[in-house]
Amino acid sequence: MSQMWKLVFEATGETLVMVFFSTLFSLILGLPLGVLLHVTSSEEQGGIIPQPIFNSVLGRIVNVLRSFPFIILMILLIPLSRLIVGTSIGTKATIVPLSIAAAPFVARIIESALKEVDPGVVQAAKAMGSTNWQIILKVLIPEAMPSLVSGVTLTIINLIGYSAMAGAIGGGGLGDLAIRYGYQRFRPSYMVAAVLVILILVEVIQIIGNRLSANLLASR
Amino acid sequence: MRITLKNLKRDYGTLHAVQDVSLSIPSNRIYGIIGRSGAGKSTLVRLISMLEKPDSGEVWYDDDRVDNLSKEEQIQRRRRIGMIFQNFNLFSSRNALENIAYPMEICHMDKAYIRQRSEELLKLVGLEGREKAPISTLSGGQKQRVAIARALAVKPDILFCDEATSALDPQTTRAILALIKEIQKKMNLTVVMITHQMEVVRDACDYVAVLDSGRVVEEGAVSEVFASPNSDVTKDFLSSVTSVRESVVRWSDYPGHYTLRFRGNATDSPVISSVTRETGALFNIRAAGVQTVNGEDMGMMVLDIGPDEATAAKAVKRLRENGIIVEEER
Repeated sequence: MSQMWKLVFEATGETLVMVFFSTLFSLILGLPLGVLLHVTSSEEQGGIIPQPIFNSVLGRIVNVLRSFPFIILMILLIPLSRLIVGTSIGTKATIVPLSIAAAPFVARIIESALKEVDPGVVQAAKAMGSTNWQIILKVLIPEAMPSLVSGVTLTIINLIGYSAMAGAIGGGGLGDLAIRYGYQRFRPSYMVAAVLVILILVEVIQIIGNRLSANLLASR
Repeated sequence: MRITLKNLKRDYGTLHAVQDVSLSIPSNRIYGIIGRSGAGKSTLVRLISMLEKPDSGEVWYDDDRVDNLSKEEQIQRRRRIGMIFQNFNLFSSRNALENIAYPMEICHMDKAYIRQRSEELLKLVGLEGREKAPISTLSGGQKQRVAIARALAVKPDILFCDEATSALDPQTTRAILALIKEIQKKMNLTVVMITHQMEVVRDACDYVAVLDSGRVVEEGAVSEVFASPNSDVTKDFLSSVTSVRESVVRWSDYPGHYTLRFRGNATDSPVISSVTRETGALFNIRAAGVQTVNGEDMGMMVLDIGPDEATAAKAVKRLRENGIIVEEER
């Protein structure tokens, strides 16, 4: 029994590492993409630098990436993982497909958070002589912060789910544990333990995220 | 700062939002632009304030043409313009003081100066002590005060007010207008006020242009336009000013057939009595009163003239010769 908890503990650590870094990298990829999607949209949708053709091409690419089944994306990205981290299995290698799978999701979440910003406020900023960068950094992002925090929370929760799925191709973490011990070796207690920890993780992240977002809103 | 508009035009598809508007907005005055919703006011203010480019026509600030500036020049010019809005458009992510600091921040001004000036402005608009207040905790009037302080932060030469009092109750409207008037004098601002409320024009503006279907149908000093409105739209607006009616004492529920308006000297002399003596006309006064339009007294009287049409016509002619504006009701 203590053997199981030791394994669960290790797997939890791996999951946390995967989720942390894939959240970080998907934000690095997705944030500029989301901002770009919003600012190049039409004026009616709040775009400050409308670029209809660029916007629709970018939107399509993001949609294609988003609708890709994650399990297939993981397999397709094996060569890329090998190129970046030198291996295609294990925790480190899984961060690559996780980040890439989550990036378009993050982009859409950022985009919709920015769309909620009152267009009047953006107009006021423009009338005062703000540059586009100033509007993005000093108006759009701060104004959208509560929604952005909710969006990031959602991303982390999704990534916990995805990281468990990555166990199917030897990704490490709680999903891997559940499949290898719980499923393939018929030890339901491992399965239950892994699922339980995942549930707790999701719940804790959700509570923290909600609280952060609520605190931001309350101080306004 | 004098603003000159030359033959401005702006279409949205088949909608002619602004068609051929030429105006000369004098320096250091409060200039009202009034119109019903859909008259093209919002488009016009966006054109004047460089938020939008006209399809044709020119916008001049003093001797500089501003409708064809490059993006960079436009940004620099906008930094010397103040603007306030119907919905205040304050940043919810910033407290009152930080809102006022924003226009100075984007110009990369010195931090200590920004802080000092923001506090100064907050005091000027009467919100001392509310530095840290989140925007949502302020009332509508207080929000507009913060917005005014923010607009004045960079010492602009022009202040645009886009329906700035439309979301406020009458009492707060008066207070905000008084504040704008006070600031206009103190800072030598040219104020352009877009509104659909005649009360705003009456209480705050020196000049007014009446806009209808994208055209200027009437323009001039507020006291002139109030005394002798030419266009139907203006007359409509005037009759909708509730306080014109309310300030007039009423004795009768019957509407009179004539409306007389007296201006300046005409309020001092016994014109009605003289006309009665000269023409034998009989006046039956239904309602009367005096109201103050932008500091000038204006008398108003609603009455019937008898005993017959010929006498009435003679009386009207005499009244007009005495400088009284007579409108016949139908």
